[in-house]
Amino acid sequence: MREPTIKSIPYEEFTDNEYLEKMVADLNEKGTNVIVSNLDAFINWGRSNSLWSLTFGTSCCAIEFMALGAARYDMARFGFEVTRNSPRQADMIMVLGTITHKMAPVLKRLYDQMAEPKYVIAIGGCTISGGPFRSSYHVVMGIDEIIPVDVFVPGCPPRPEAFYYGMMQLQRKIKLENFFGTVNRKEKEPEEDKE
Amino acid sequence: MSMKDLILKIAPSATFEEQGDFVAVVSKEEFRSLMEKLHADYDYLRDVVGFDLVESLGALYYLESSTTFERVAVKTSTLDRENPLLPSVCDLWKTAEIKEREVYDLLGIRFIGNPDMRRIFLREDWVGYPLRKDYDMDSNPLNMTNEQNADTTTEVTLTAGGDFKEVQNQIFGKDDFVVNFGPQHPSTHGVLRMRVHLDGEEVKKVDPICGYIHRGIEKMCESLTYPQTLALTDRMDYLSANQNRHAVCLCVEQAMGLEISERAQYIRTIVDELQRLNSHLLFFSCLVLDMGGLTPFFYGFRDREMILDILEDTTGGRLIQNYYVIGGVQADLHPDFQKKVKAFIVHFRGILHEYHEIFTGNVIARNRLIGIGKLTREQTIALGCTGGTGRASGWANDVRKHHPYALYNKVEFKEILHTEGDCYARYMVRMEEMLESMHIIEQLIDNIPEGECKVKTKPIIKVPEGIYSASVEASRGEFGVFLVSDGGKNPARLHFRSTGLPLVHALDTACAGSKIADFIAIGATLDYVIPDIDR
Repeated sequence: MREPTIKSIPYEEFTDNEYLEKMVADLNEKGTNVIVSNLDAFINWGRSNSLWSLTFGTSCCAIEFMALGAARYDMARFGFEVTRNSPRQADMIMVLGTITHKMAPVLKRLYDQMAEPKYVIAIGGCTISGGPFRSSYHVVMGIDEIIPVDVFVPGCPPRPEAFYYGMMQLQRKIKLENFFGTVNRKEKEPEEDKE
Repeated sequence: MSMKDLILKIAPSATFEEQGDFVAVVSKEEFRSLMEKLHADYDYLRDVVGFDLVESLGALYYLESSTTFERVAVKTSTLDRENPLLPSVCDLWKTAEIKEREVYDLLGIRFIGNPDMRRIFLREDWVGYPLRKDYDMDSNPLNMTNEQNADTTTEVTLTAGGDFKEVQNQIFGKDDFVVNFGPQHPSTHGVLRMRVHLDGEEVKKVDPICGYIHRGIEKMCESLTYPQTLALTDRMDYLSANQNRHAVCLCVEQAMGLEISERAQYIRTIVDELQRLNSHLLFFSCLVLDMGGLTPFFYGFRDREMILDILEDTTGGRLIQNYYVIGGVQADLHPDFQKKVKAFIVHFRGILHEYHEIFTGNVIARNRLIGIGKLTREQTIALGCTGGTGRASGWANDVRKHHPYALYNKVEFKEILHTEGDCYARYMVRMEEMLESMHIIEQLIDNIPEGECKVKTKPIIKVPEGIYSASVEASRGEFGVFLVSDGGKNPARLHFRSTGLPLVHALDTACAGSKIADFIAIGATLDYVIPDIDR
């Protein structure tokens, strides 16, 4: 049985464990080949420790993300330090800041350009629900209206520690996935390609 | 001759509003000739504030002289809501080109003679004008189709016979080689998008497309109470969060006639300067990062974290602190505040030479900054480029010096002026300003008087009817707040002078003839923050 362990923080200290336990139960029920599942675990270990993010900093949260990259919070410790500016090279997209109506099609296009498996982290109140700009005419009320989100990190802006907590939650999720056959083929093929 | 007589001589039917700011109200027929006369003395157009007061649509023009620093405001309006037209002043003040586009985008007022009347923030297929009082908030649902940008724009001109004629203007020709830049590009400091016309490597024209982070703050403020609006100003230019908030507090306090305690004044001045240090350190880090150096980025952030720690002790926030309130500051200083600030200044003075050793003297940095992206003094004034950008070209425009607020008339500091106007001068102005900021803090930190840090205000804050304004020197220029109050508990119109919008507008002038790689250095030294431009 796979366990979503993180080196420095014990399992019990995370919240939202029920969600991962459901994933584990689901995995056990379906069952899988011993060799494939061991290979999966190995690949996932690598994947979860070298997450390359597409930086999508639109406002305040992006400055806190820069602080994450500097020496004090040093995200290189966790393998997140490689940020990519091209969606083709990124594993996940970190949405840092308000998404407006004008920006929404651009975000969706960037997300579509990323290769599978891909993940989304929504950072800050604006990306979760519109945040302080909820009553505005030009702000998207949460990016889950546009793209599927894996982890939400609340705050305005969140502290760097909260960024790490969110990133670790994503690492734990990745550790439980079946790489072969499922997550790398998540997106349904377009209708016209099928005979 | 007083200002009033002078205006009456040119525009005999002018009236004056004296509740709050001194505003000359002129009809749109007399407006143009008055502005032509005023332009001779008042060569800096601070801002154009469009407004909708239900019975009329119009605009307020705030002018200032770059030599005597005198200010004057002119208001003009039109009753036609279907097809509102006002005369343009963009041939007198170049900065009006982009400010009038903003008024057109949000209020639908077209300016006769402005060559570029496209929307600036909203999509080109947007329906309606959001700042109008009768705008339907649900009229534009989320549109997920990709936006197409037109290459032409319509100009309204006046024919000799007095009729209006629409003329099509080309922005980019068919044979122009146009490269798209952004909105998701790491060196545009956020989500600015530019269309750049290139000839080989040479930049011919830059057309900025803003609005990718337009959050409709000014419209939201109209339905919020005054203390609530404070939360939004922090999130505009997050690197001058406290200074922005200072301006709003000043404006409301002046309008209400509220005196704040001396202790609060001291705290505000010190925190403003800490914020400026914080912002300039980030400027240094980002400039170097954009130009391809990583190590100085760590230097800048190392020292910036110390300032954030000091502010966090007192305010509880790292980046956005929500510290100032109308009537003072939210909470008193942390007991260690003075000790830590003094320790920081000693540390930073001792370590600043590292910055110069690694970057300022570096031959690559010097080659890429010196002589690049020149702006003359006249250009910065015409474009309204305040702050470090203007001062690097020799325009003395420090609000702290010429229109002192808080304690800036009691402290001694130098206004840093350079004359070269290139990227290197803009960089050096900010590096030298950090020393001045520390000098200001040193004069105040030991003398903070005892007392209350907050004056008690009524639970519901109301501002008497009138037009009010206040401005502060934010980290990257003059930040202004323009308030039209109808006497209620929400503002009828609250406008913020963006420090960055004129800077983005200046890109076209500054980049002309430069190489595409210099474009990054020019953008970085102009030092704009996008959410402040788009609001």
